[in-house]
Amino acid sequence: MAKEIDKVGIPVSIICTITPIAETVGANRIVRAVAVPYPVGNPTVAQEDERAIRNDVLQKSLSALETQITQSITL
Amino acid sequence: MGAKVKVIHYLNQFFSQIGGEEQAFTKPFIREGAIGPGLLLGQLLGEDYEIISTVVCGDNYMADNTEQAVQEVFDLIADLKPDLFIAGPAFNAGRYGPACGVLSKAVGEKFGIPAVSGMYEENPGAEMYRKHAYIIKTNDSARHMRKDVAKMANIARKLVENIEFSDEDMASYFKQGYRKNLFVEKPGAVRAVDMMLQKMEKKPFVTELEMPKFEDVMPSDAIKEMKNAKIALVTEGGVCSLGNPEGLVASRADKYIEFDISEMDRLSNERFQVNHGGYNNTHANNNPNLIVPLDLMRAYEKEGKIGSIHGTLYSTSGNGTSLANSTRFGEEIAQKLLNDGVDGVVLTAT
Repeated sequence: MAKEIDKVGIPVSIICTITPIAETVGANRIVRAVAVPYPVGNPTVAQEDERAIRNDVLQKSLSALETQITQSITL
Repeated sequence: MGAKVKVIHYLNQFFSQIGGEEQAFTKPFIREGAIGPGLLLGQLLGEDYEIISTVVCGDNYMADNTEQAVQEVFDLIADLKPDLFIAGPAFNAGRYGPACGVLSKAVGEKFGIPAVSGMYEENPGAEMYRKHAYIIKTNDSARHMRKDVAKMANIARKLVENIEFSDEDMASYFKQGYRKNLFVEKPGAVRAVDMMLQKMEKKPFVTELEMPKFEDVMPSDAIKEMKNAKIALVTEGGVCSLGNPEGLVASRADKYIEFDISEMDRLSNERFQVNHGGYNNTHANNNPNLIVPLDLMRAYEKEGKIGSIHGTLYSTSGNGTSLANSTRFGEEIAQKLLNDGVDGVVLTAT
């Protein structure tokens, strides 16, 4: 899906855990998720810590959207 | 020295040289010996084979009256007792291909003889009939006719003479979908480790299974001003309404759902849940924002970090989703996002 959206000229940040899959399939802006069941969060830690983790992932994904690239990147 | 192998060859109006589109409604008729490409075919099959007759039918007649036309062909050739049937090659001709395919299947089954045809991979006849006849992979036009007919003759001969196919032979026609079990000396685990060691030592290796090739997509231009950008949220984490009234399946999704999130500050667990067979849904059900971080994105929007969040959330369940479906979802969603002036997408995957 990410590639089809990218094809029409809209940049996509894909947040996922198994980044090698996204890399193999050819997604362009790949961001490492926290874990499979909670890509953007971590319910196993304290809330304040979780907030920082969530912010980190989301900032990276927005940053990827702001980065001009000619080939795939994984943050 | 035995009798020659009797071959019936099928051609359409064009290749049989009776004419172009104006002859496309011609009913099936038969001519003695070989015509047009049949002359080449006969040559390549060799001395032990003889094209005793050529059956011709217009592409439109065959397409519009298939059942009847096939029966008419049967009537024409029944008394000739053929040993081999060859149709085409049809290259990329969209009516001729299915005509060759349907006849190859029908004649092969009715007379219990090998049936061979040739088509380009995009010819609809190839996909329709590859399981029912030997359809050789050809070029998309008659430009390389000699090579293509040679491959057809090769397979035809081996079928008649019961000669085992080489790997190259098997690669020359469209897969028929048969699985053949065979015994090998080394068990899979040993072969896998050997292959990995060869790969690590940068030695050549041969894969046992061809991996699909994924096309590369040029990355879209970066967003220049995030504080003015409209960002859309898309997910394959399986977000659905509580109780899943949309019927989003947990595996092999055949659709995606759209939610109006324009008035929401977060995804409430009283309104949403997830249904995705690829991960433990417990945490996500408790807090769907772990999958789609709407709460955090709204905060960014309020702080002015991003311009706005697109009012529609797109969700599907990305567990064992077919390539065809996920491509289609992507294409449709992409068009909608384009129409809605979306500048960027955050897509969460599980």
